[in-house]
Amino acid sequence: MTVNAPSERAGRHFLDVNDLKIHFPTDDGVVKSVDGLSFSLERGRTLGIVGESGSGKSVTSLGILGLHQGSRARISGEIWLDGEELVSAGANHVRMLRGKKMAMIFQDPLSSMHPYYTVGDQIVEAYRVHNKVTRQVARKHAIDMLDRVGIPQADRRVDSYPHEFSGGMRQRAMIAMALVNNPDLLIADEPTTALDVTVQAQILDLMRDLQRDFDAALIIITHDLGVVAELADDILVMYGGKGIEYGTAEDIFERPEHPYTWGLLGSMPRLDRERTERLLPIKGSPPSLINVPPGCAFHPRCAFEPRTGGKAKTEIPELLEAEGGHLVRCHLSREERRAIWETEIKPNLEATL
Amino acid sequence: MSEALLSVDGLQKHFPVTKGLLKRQVGAVKAVDGISFDVRKGETLGLVGESGCGKTTTGRLITRLTEPTAGKIVFEGRDITHMSQGRLRPLRRDVQMIFQDPYSSLNPRHTVGAIVGAPFRIQGVKTEHGVKRAVQDILALVGLNPEHYNRYPHEFSGGQRQRIGIARTLALKPKLIVADEPVSALDVSIQAQVVNLLEDLQNELDLTYVVIAHDLSVVRHISDRVAVMYLGKIVELADRKNLYSSPMHPYTNALLSAVPVPDVRRRTERERIRLQGDVPSPLNPPPACRFHTRCWKAQEVCKQVEPPLVELAAGHQVACHFPENAPAKGDAPAEAAATA
Repeated sequence: MTVNAPSERAGRHFLDVNDLKIHFPTDDGVVKSVDGLSFSLERGRTLGIVGESGSGKSVTSLGILGLHQGSRARISGEIWLDGEELVSAGANHVRMLRGKKMAMIFQDPLSSMHPYYTVGDQIVEAYRVHNKVTRQVARKHAIDMLDRVGIPQADRRVDSYPHEFSGGMRQRAMIAMALVNNPDLLIADEPTTALDVTVQAQILDLMRDLQRDFDAALIIITHDLGVVAELADDILVMYGGKGIEYGTAEDIFERPEHPYTWGLLGSMPRLDRERTERLLPIKGSPPSLINVPPGCAFHPRCAFEPRTGGKAKTEIPELLEAEGGHLVRCHLSREERRAIWETEIKPNLEATL
Repeated sequence: MSEALLSVDGLQKHFPVTKGLLKRQVGAVKAVDGISFDVRKGETLGLVGESGCGKTTTGRLITRLTEPTAGKIVFEGRDITHMSQGRLRPLRRDVQMIFQDPYSSLNPRHTVGAIVGAPFRIQGVKTEHGVKRAVQDILALVGLNPEHYNRYPHEFSGGQRQRIGIARTLALKPKLIVADEPVSALDVSIQAQVVNLLEDLQNELDLTYVVIAHDLSVVRHISDRVAVMYLGKIVELADRKNLYSSPMHPYTNALLSAVPVPDVRRRTERERIRLQGDVPSPLNPPPACRFHTRCWKAQEVCKQVEPPLVELAAGHQVACHFPENAPAKGDAPAEAAATA
């Protein structure tokens, strides 16, 4: 995944992100929001991108959609979508792909819908950009779509304004808008963070059903490990603008190998296990992306940094394959990591009473 | 342990809705509509519920930041329900609040020293070695560097700001702390640090907490007892263990089963309860049992008779006509009759 030359990688997967860098020059220095990120995704699969605020997950998704073009961002690397390279493509070309080939569901449906137009008008507009049809045909299509995402009485609600919808219904309408052109790639950025837990469960169910029906590739970006565990086939954990662990959902939850992933799991109180006496947090706080620590970006917070013999402070570890597609960016050897997980981390996480 | 530090009885808060030039009242948002509970000395009481259920209003009522419409609040044996602001002043030392958003709850123009020192100034408290020394001790207690006394809030990260907010509440050694979503604005790894800090402080300083949160797993971790709210009412109140292992109210059941669980092996086999629709508006709540519009067990009686909050097992109160996991009839009828 990281070792292949660009030319070999082109078009081998449905989506291929290769050494993507998105930097923002500011008065205080260069903010390296995404710094050498690579991953791939197939149709019909769901990738969960997990990380804390400032880890670069949202910037990545906007980068794939080409929404940084025209801003001050400096973008390098390659994004291959279905055989086309997007970073070097013209703004107008990417614009034609947006909506039809790839679409996005934003976190806050109230601020990402236009308050002045009805929900129906906004879906009709999105549909007519890519399809030469009359208003009436598009409107019928919009009603079908709203019905599909579970909005009751869709033929009447199509004429409602966003403020007349509840939070959950607005998010359903957003999903309808994103899916109206039947995109091949759907990116959902914190799709349920603004919702109550019972409504969140409804939306997660809906997304799972829709993905199965539409056979799209889905990227779900979230800070909530519970949400990715519900939906994702594969998981990418990001820290300081880099991917630090990548694997199947089973790899990440059952056999995590990066100390940061261990920290995330230990920080989270869980309802499905006996209550632990204490949470096991990660010390310190996430790094500033202007002054990313030298060497491994995680080393100032890592409990196992002394065991690398000083290497973590000077050398940036490679994202290397541990086993069967499970990639880890860590200086510790595979054997050391497995031993630490089995003897020091796992027993504490599962400690009961 | 069983002594009540704070007791609340039939507390109500209705926000009037007015219309027109003359501000004619056309209705009321019944944010909190008749709730009763005790907070015992040294315990942590968790208040959970979805947005609009009245949990934040409850917190603001018991700290007397908003004026109650009806009901009674008793703190340490004194009725404080309608006490004047002047007479409340000494009480403010004992009851403090931690706010949700560490960005908007700290004055950006004041230094950390001024923020954490303000309670001493306002209450006119004399300290042995001066206010600066006292503030630095508290900063050290919450895990901040005492040398950061002269820094401004913008120089700190979210987790550190929340620690500043906690330091401010601790300044005058309060007895009761009401924490409104203390960790929900923080990153996961920082959440755990703050949760552990709150627990350590409770043990060291003998504090009593009322923790308001929407995250059921965080509430389970820190609370001794948990109250579940729905549309201004408490629907279930029980010990942590009983509430999470054998919830009786259908709403509690639905809430618990809606929480996404980070276990990939069991994601397909979990039995789920999916509620339909959204929470109704508190402006016009459903009559009788407020949950009947979304409840799968609802029958005719739920639409006509409001279920009272009764004790069905020891320390386990539920307001439901058809509770689940309830002990067989006849086990605790005497108790139930007594509390009803």
